[in-house]
Amino acid sequence: MTPTPEQDFDALVESDQRVEPRDWMPEGYRKTLVRQIAQHAHSEIIGMQPEGNWIGRAPSLRRKAILLAKVQDEAGHGLYLYSAAETLGVDRSELLDLLHAGKQRYSSIFNYPTLTWADMGAIGWLVDGAAIVNQVPICRCSYGPYARAMVRICKEESFHQRQGFEILHTLSHGTPAQHEMAQDAVNRWWWPSLMMFGPPDDQSPNSAQSMAWRIKRFSNDELRQKFVDMTVPQSQVLGLTPPDPDLHLDEETGHWRFGEIDWSEFFAVLKGDGPCNQDRIEHRRRAHDEGAWVRDAASAYAEKHRARSEGVA
Amino acid sequence: MSDTLLAPDVATYALRLGDDALVLAQRLGEWVANAPQLEEDVALANIALDLLGQARSLLTYAGASEGQGRTEDDLAFLRDERAFVNVTMVEIANGDFGVTMARQLCFSTYQLGLYDVLRASSDETLAGVAGKAVKEVAYHRDHATQWVLRLGDGTDESHNRMQAGLERVWPHVDELFEADDLERRLSATGVGVDTSTLRAPWDAYVDGVLARAGLTRPDASWLAAGGRRGLHTEAFGHLLAEMQHLHRSHPGASW
Ligand SMILES: [Fe+2]
Ligand SMILES: [Fe+2]
Repeated sequence: MTPTPEQDFDALVESDQRVEPRDWMPEGYRKTLVRQIAQHAHSEIIGMQPEGNWIGRAPSLRRKAILLAKVQDEAGHGLYLYSAAETLGVDRSELLDLLHAGKQRYSSIFNYPTLTWADMGAIGWLVDGAAIVNQVPICRCSYGPYARAMVRICKEESFHQRQGFEILHTLSHGTPAQHEMAQDAVNRWWWPSLMMFGPPDDQSPNSAQSMAWRIKRFSNDELRQKFVDMTVPQSQVLGLTPPDPDLHLDEETGHWRFGEIDWSEFFAVLKGDGPCNQDRIEHRRRAHDEGAWVRDAASAYAEKHRARSEGVA
Repeated sequence: MSDTLLAPDVATYALRLGDDALVLAQRLGEWVANAPQLEEDVALANIALDLLGQARSLLTYAGASEGQGRTEDDLAFLRDERAFVNVTMVEIANGDFGVTMARQLCFSTYQLGLYDVLRASSDETLAGVAGKAVKEVAYHRDHATQWVLRLGDGTDESHNRMQAGLERVWPHVDELFEADDLERRLSATGVGVDTSTLRAPWDAYVDGVLARAGLTRPDASWLAAGGRRGLHTEAFGHLLAEMQHLHRSHPGASW
């Protein structure tokens, strides 16, 4: 008996092979992927704002060049991811409209403000660091285009994390004012970074299905623990202290145990009540609206030239 | 003329070209996260990065030629308005995408002509910087050309905005080709470029693009001048205030 498309799909996923755009896939799988890839793409482009905020003020030319290159990478990540989403039959402009209308999300971490130069260090070290922990497993995601986009992205993320670490290291070992700036940034970015892995496993309704589909490979809490275990020893090298009095090494398991996360803050920011939610979306809408005439001109020009070359042919 | 006599001239010359690149990089950086589409965030950041790389080499060389131990950062962050010697075109506000593309077309065409001659400079460092930069700037000019064509020959609105962008930038064009004694001395010794010789090929290229785009070459009613002597626009002090404030708030700190 020939297997049904559904059986083919299940077999493909179970044998850890890749699902490609032309393969049959369950509607729920497609929807989940569109939602996740779009959210991921939106995060890349919204994330350009808090860091773009410091390009003009970077304190040395070398730092300015590194920051510009980093923010440029994030725009590139947005491009790869929107393309990956487009293989599922949606287009970028639709997804941007949903973002601008508040109907699709981006990572809540970008709803916190970048108040000092040290925030460039903290974002690179903690936010890109958390992104790496989240994203490395997605390189083996069952959906081919998403997995491949993620392989390219992860290569660049490790440079992002390193440059953030280096900024903080320099500040921490610099003047007293610089050290204080670095510690303050870590104080502000530590907890939001732990929240980047999403709600605790017992409050994460969609996770089980995503795991079964092999879109997700580890639970939120597993990833969070992995991140903390990786980051705490680095904080010691930096000479900076995570703002958690309960943080301690569990000798038996070798894991760093951390204190209670304030999930009410997480859900408030998710709902739209973070310090920068409004600014970020307004900024996006403004840039998009102000650029409409440019995009229209580009399509009109392309159209005219298609018509002309067809006229000649 | 011995090299020691030439060194202050070379320092000033490298500073001029370095300031041009630095200030334009600073302006283009303002577009990041504000561009009309994601591809342009990438492209404008890329162009800004190229210019910043050129600026860093040139300012470092200016500091070395000057011989007072000033680094690229000392020169970028610790000089005041009147000590900057960039042309005024690079400092004018970004305006809309039409103004920015007009400025990109005008400046990159000028810079490409300049670097192309400077590649053969008898000064090895300048020749080296120009040799590397010429490929980058050829892309900048191509990028601007494509956009001027699209906007000029796109919609009515884009045509009008592109024309307005040209009008905004045009008063700053003549200044690009104003050669002074220092330039003439350096050009006579094969170190620098007499920019007045770049005017005719610049006109030919830009006029060609404007004609293909259906745009009209503006007639500037006033002419900017004096950037090379440290006379800038009002907008420039604000640009420096943003660029320099953090560095200056922590004297002597490393970053
Ligand atoms: Fe990224
Ligand atoms: Fe990143």
